[in-house]
Formats: sequence, C-alpha cells, structure tokens
Amino acid sequence: MNYHWNWGIFFQPNPMGTGTYLDMLLSGLVLTLETGALAWIIALITGSIVGVMRTLPSKGANWFGFAYVEFFRNMPLLVQLFLWFFVLPELLPNSAGLWLKQLPNAPFWTAAIGIGFFMSARVAVQLQAGIGSLPRGQKMAATALGLTTVQVYRYVLLPMAFRIILPPLTSEFLNTIKNTAVAITIGLLELTGEARSMQEFSFQVFEAFTAATLLYLLVNAVVVTAMRFLERYVAIPGYITGK
Amino acid sequence: MFSNFDFGVIIRALPYLFYEGMSFTLMLTALSALGGLIFGTAIALMRLSGLKTLGRIAGLYVDFMRSLPLVLVIFWFYFLVPYIGQWLTGASRPISVGAFASSLITFIMFEAAYFSEIMRAGIQSISRGQPAAANALGLTYAQTMRYVVLPQAFRNMLPVLITQTIVLFQDTSLVYVLSITDFLGAASKVAQRDGRLVEMYLFAAIVYFTISCIASFGVRRLQARIAILR
Repeated sequence: MNYHWNWGIFFQPNPMGTGTYLDMLLSGLVLTLETGALAWIIALITGSIVGVMRTLPSKGANWFGFAYVEFFRNMPLLVQLFLWFFVLPELLPNSAGLWLKQLPNAPFWTAAIGIGFFMSARVAVQLQAGIGSLPRGQKMAATALGLTTVQVYRYVLLPMAFRIILPPLTSEFLNTIKNTAVAITIGLLELTGEARSMQEFSFQVFEAFTAATLLYLLVNAVVVTAMRFLERYVAIPGYITGK
Repeated sequence: MFSNFDFGVIIRALPYLFYEGMSFTLMLTALSALGGLIFGTAIALMRLSGLKTLGRIAGLYVDFMRSLPLVLVIFWFYFLVPYIGQWLTGASRPISVGAFASSLITFIMFEAAYFSEIMRAGIQSISRGQPAAANALGLTYAQTMRYVVLPQAFRNMLPVLITQTIVLFQDTSLVYVLSITDFLGAASKVAQRDGRLVEMYLFAAIVYFTISCIASFGVRRLQARIAILR
C-alpha cells in the first residue's frame, strides 16, 4: 500500500482553530454520548409506557401499542430523521414551523428525539416480552392482595420484568449510541461526523477512522462492564442469574 | 395545510425512483442477504468448530462488527476497498470499484456478523442426537453439516432470518452518506432538485413502511405455520 501514514496528525492543529484534531474527535465523542443519553431517556420512558400498554387488559391500549411499534419499526431510522427534520416543520402551523427551524442546535434535538422514538419501539417490545415471561400467578397474587392495577405494575410486575430484560436492554442502549452516527446526515458533528470531516481536511482517512473505531470500542467496553455490575446488583434471588 | 404542496412531483419522478432507486435497493438487499447468510454460516461453523483459535477469530470478528455504527463501517469499506483491490491486483494506484460493489462488500461483511449469530442459535437448537446419529451412519463432519444440521437450523431460523433481512432492507438506506442513488438517494436527489422535500420524504417513508409491513406480516404467518408443524 502506497499510503502515507501519519499518526502524528492527531496532535496537529485542526483548521477550525478549536485545538488539535484529537480535540475535534473528542468533542464528537462527547456529542455522541450526549445525544445517545438523551435519546435513551426518551426511549426508556416512552418505550416503557407503550410496552405496558401492550400488556394491559384494555383492547384499545393493546391496539395503540401495536400500531405504535409497527409505525416506528417499519421505517428506516434515516427516513424518520428526515421526517422530523425536514417534513415536520413544514406540516406545523407557520409560526411553530419557523420556531422549530430556527431552534439553535436543531440537529442535536432532532437526532435525540428521532432516535429516542425509534428505539422506544424496541424497548416496548422487550418490556412486553419481559412482562409476558412472568408467571401468571404473580399478577393474580398481587390482585388478590388488593393491589390496584397501577400498584400491581408499580410494585410487582415492572421491578421483575425490568430485571429480566436487563441484558437485551444493554444491547438496545449500545444500539442507541451507535445509531447516533446516522445523525451525520442531518449535519450533527458527532464522532463519525468529526472523523469524516477530519478525513476531508487532512486526507488521513485511515488514521481518522481508526481513532473513531477505537473510541466506539472503548464506549462499548465501558457500557458492557457497567451493565454487568448493575446486572449483578439487581439480580433476582432464586433465578439462574441470582445470588 | 397541503395547499402549497405539489404531489405531482412524485408521479413525474416515479420511473426514476423505482427503476433507478428501488431496483438498486432491492438488488443490494437480496445480494447482501445471500452473501451475508453464506459468510455468516461459515463464521457460525467456525465458532462452533471446537478449534479454539478459529472460534476466537470468528468471535472477535462478530464482536468487532457489532460494536461499530453501520455508517462508520460504510465509510471504512468505501475508502478501504480500493486499497485492497490495488493490493490484490498489484496495480500502481488504488482501484475504483464503483458504488454498487463497494456497498455490496460492506453489507455482506457487516450483516455476516448478525446472520452468524442467528445461524449459531439455529445450529445450537438442533438436539445432540442428530449429529450423533449422522455420525453413526458413517457421514463425515461436512456431510453431517450439509445434510442433517444446516437444513434444520436454517428452517428453524427462517422467520428470524427474514426479519433480519427486513432490517437490512431498511439499513441499505444508509448508503445515502455515499451519495449513492438507492431508493432514498433517488428521492432525496429529486427533492433537492425540485425543492420538494416534504412530498418526496413523505412518499419515501410510505414506500419503506408499506414494504416492511407486508414483509413482517408475512413473517408472522410463516412463524404460525412453522409453529404448527413442530
């Protein structure tokens, strides 16, 4: 390969005047984590509500949960981001649309909300499966004790279900972080975006993408380790994974 | 509220959207699914082979691919493939391989990691007695896999494999970052040329939604049929 390697490039100043190329990548990493964290909060809250709705005795709630999941699962994430970013402001009343378009950091909010709702459908499916995997007797016993439906979910079903689905939720959390890379298409300069612009400015393709790759691997390793500790901490006694 | 929209732009762009765009998307999806399945099955067999080093290499490959965002992998291969081509052919400068080949290689390599995990679960779902019986009949390892284990594993995993292909179909839209004219790329080119973002992106969303919905409905029916047979 007659490629000109230059690993020192990371310590050279970037053309934006915001420090070195390394600083550029690190600011991208921070933005990736911020977007991922906000999206995950949205996904977890909305996904939990929809997941619970899918298990309620009410037909209407079931139907809503089903339609919600199908809607967000059957469109590519990229198309959904375009809908939030380009289409939504045009469909709103003029003043609201204008306000939305002039919002500072619009790509950041769009990406966090878009990815959040996209992932919420997946969280909902996981939670539904988790609640479904609990023995019927748990709900019956809770009802027999005189708990209301809200209390049954709050004190019995949800604490169990969330612990059971913690491993798949870890993968969904990692997917949320990875999906932030799609936001490059609406101009968010997250980690992949910064690596791409570093490549465009410096022509050091492989150094830029290697650094981004290593940073993603690092984030993965940290999340997986942290979740393993959390899993051990919340393990249910008596289950295979329990103490 | 749709008064100042021009939905005729969709009609005028239909031939371009479907002949240029959708045929690229479908071709890429079908070939990547096929290539990913073959390569993924090979990786799954490597992991289950009992040879420690082989298994570890396959495991590392799968973990590595699955910890990176697809967009980054697309960029990697887009820039890497010309250099690999140069190295393979001994040319003096990086070879240009074209949009289709580059994205096809990307998706085969990326999806293989996901397909291999599905096939691994499928192979592990076959009871131990099956390969033992095949062994007793005098079949070699290759024959056992070819005639006994893989057909059953493939069949058990068919719904999951199709679901993954639907995900793949949606993910091919990400070649947008290389300005390739797949379905979304075609829609976005028309949208930007005519200044009709709303109409084109809504239409693209509806098309993706309809195709994925029909496919996942098919998967549910298939799942029900397989469930009865077992």
